[in-house]
Amino acid sequence: MAGAMSQNRKAVFSFGRHSIGMIASVLFLAPIVWTVLSTFKPAQEARQPPLPPWPTSGFSIENYETLNTFGDGLWASAQNSIYVSVMTVLLSVLVSVLAGYGFSRFRFPFKDFFFLLILSTIMIPFQSILTPIFLVLTRLGLHNTLTGLVCVYVTLQLPFSIFMMRNAFDAVPREIEEAARMDGANNVTMLVRVMLPLVWPGVVTIALFAFLGAWNEFLAALVLMTDQSKFTLPVMMTALQSGRFGAIDWGAVQAGVTVMMVPCLILFLALQRFYIRGLMAGAVK
Amino acid sequence: MTSVAVATSAPARARKLVGAGRRQWVGLIYVAPAVALVTVFFVIPLGMTAWMSLHNWPLMGEHAFIGLDNYFAILRDTRFWNALKFTAYYTVIVTIAIFAVAFPLAIFIERPRPLTNLYRTAFFMPAVVGFASASLLWSWLLNVDSGLFSPAAFDLGLTGKKVNLLATFQPAFWSIIAMVVWKVAGFTMIILMTGLQSIPQDLQEAAVIDGAGPFARFRAITLPLMRRTLALALILSVAGSILAFDQFYIILRGGPRNQTLTAVYWIFNQSFVSFKLGYGAALSMVLLVILVALSLIQLWLLRKPEGLD
Repeated sequence: MAGAMSQNRKAVFSFGRHSIGMIASVLFLAPIVWTVLSTFKPAQEARQPPLPPWPTSGFSIENYETLNTFGDGLWASAQNSIYVSVMTVLLSVLVSVLAGYGFSRFRFPFKDFFFLLILSTIMIPFQSILTPIFLVLTRLGLHNTLTGLVCVYVTLQLPFSIFMMRNAFDAVPREIEEAARMDGANNVTMLVRVMLPLVWPGVVTIALFAFLGAWNEFLAALVLMTDQSKFTLPVMMTALQSGRFGAIDWGAVQAGVTVMMVPCLILFLALQRFYIRGLMAGAVK
Repeated sequence: MTSVAVATSAPARARKLVGAGRRQWVGLIYVAPAVALVTVFFVIPLGMTAWMSLHNWPLMGEHAFIGLDNYFAILRDTRFWNALKFTAYYTVIVTIAIFAVAFPLAIFIERPRPLTNLYRTAFFMPAVVGFASASLLWSWLLNVDSGLFSPAAFDLGLTGKKVNLLATFQPAFWSIIAMVVWKVAGFTMIILMTGLQSIPQDLQEAAVIDGAGPFARFRAITLPLMRRTLALALILSVAGSILAFDQFYIILRGGPRNQTLTAVYWIFNQSFVSFKLGYGAALSMVLLVILVALSLIQLWLLRKPEGLD
């Protein structure tokens, strides 16, 4: 009797739990799904309120096609965004792996000072130093260039990614290095052949954060990229949404938002483990 | 390294030490690119901000040293203080709202049960979308003619006509709060979850045996043991909110009637719309002091509990 009671209670509890879970999941996913579905309406229908969200007068990719007619076009901005994000990933991984290895395995003058210097930049909001960054880029001849933007984004990634990489290298037992050194490996071979495979999860984590950071950043890109041909996707889409290219075409805006969201969502779903790992590392330490 | 060196003969040891010494210096080369980037794109701009804040610095033409005049001007700049006031108000409200949603979610997904991973992923999805994308998405949902909320409310007969949610302060402000909670709650949830998971299960069980109810357990065990995680989630949320810009720029353009200009938005306007670079730098210094003070409070809150490692 008691067994049957608790069985019942368990079933009720489980039903309640899954109801809450499903409803909350729908609330969180609905805006994303709504947008993605709406982009496949014909332009005429996309101007109407999205009720229902899916296309009713036929499937169409018109909204994506019209995106290319504004300014230099969606593809140009997408190319800028891809270039900036990929370069940010490559450079920040390269710089952080080197620095992480250096901070983990060598003793040199001012080591603690440099490490604290890099980490302490996380305390200072980059929003407050944008004007001088603008002037520095001008002085370096990187004014209004994607390369300049990459330099800024890489610098912003460094405190997190160097911290991650130093911890990753710290976790590699020194015996492995000693053994490789006996076999005559020099520093560079050691790093590339022996150490890198061992810290690979850390590298994936910092690469993921660098990509998402660069792909989604808005304020610095808005301030530093003054030439429309250099706009990244967030800046370009905001210009479109503000009516800079005439009447606001909401269908096109939604298509642009979809192009901006989908890479993030795919990368996150594929590399979720590494993402959560990065969050934990930040949260626990 | 030293234990190996001690075991070898004297000349060999000397050679080894020299080699080791040189190898140690190599570390500088490894960290040099990082230090160079941080110096050029962070330390120098930081120094320049302080320097520029003492100048009248237009975009074109000569800049002139004016001492602390910019700071005196800030004292009289009621629109900046209004922006700071609004930023503080927004920060308090949005942080409470985020925690009110994220904490129950964290408890909901804390323990592995069927489908928990699926729910966790669903709640987290908006967090990986950028603030700009999320703002553009919601500016459409909130649009009075082509959006979702107003037309849906009208169609359902909840409102007599289509209401423009972005035309007056209250609905506009709460729309932003809703959007930010949707976007950020999953992120805060994961951080709180790590705190919940770090609480030893036997403590909770012992309390159950002692007859403590769920509320008493939450107050006496969960909250104290989560102090550092709570402090971290709190600080991340507060710092992020104080620096809010994207959503207010993209969805509201600071409106209606400039009521939603945040501190960063005002600095952006002064520096890059009015091109008063010196004045913008002085405003930045004020913001910077606030954020650094916050970071110091964070370090204090996150200190390791005494007696524990």
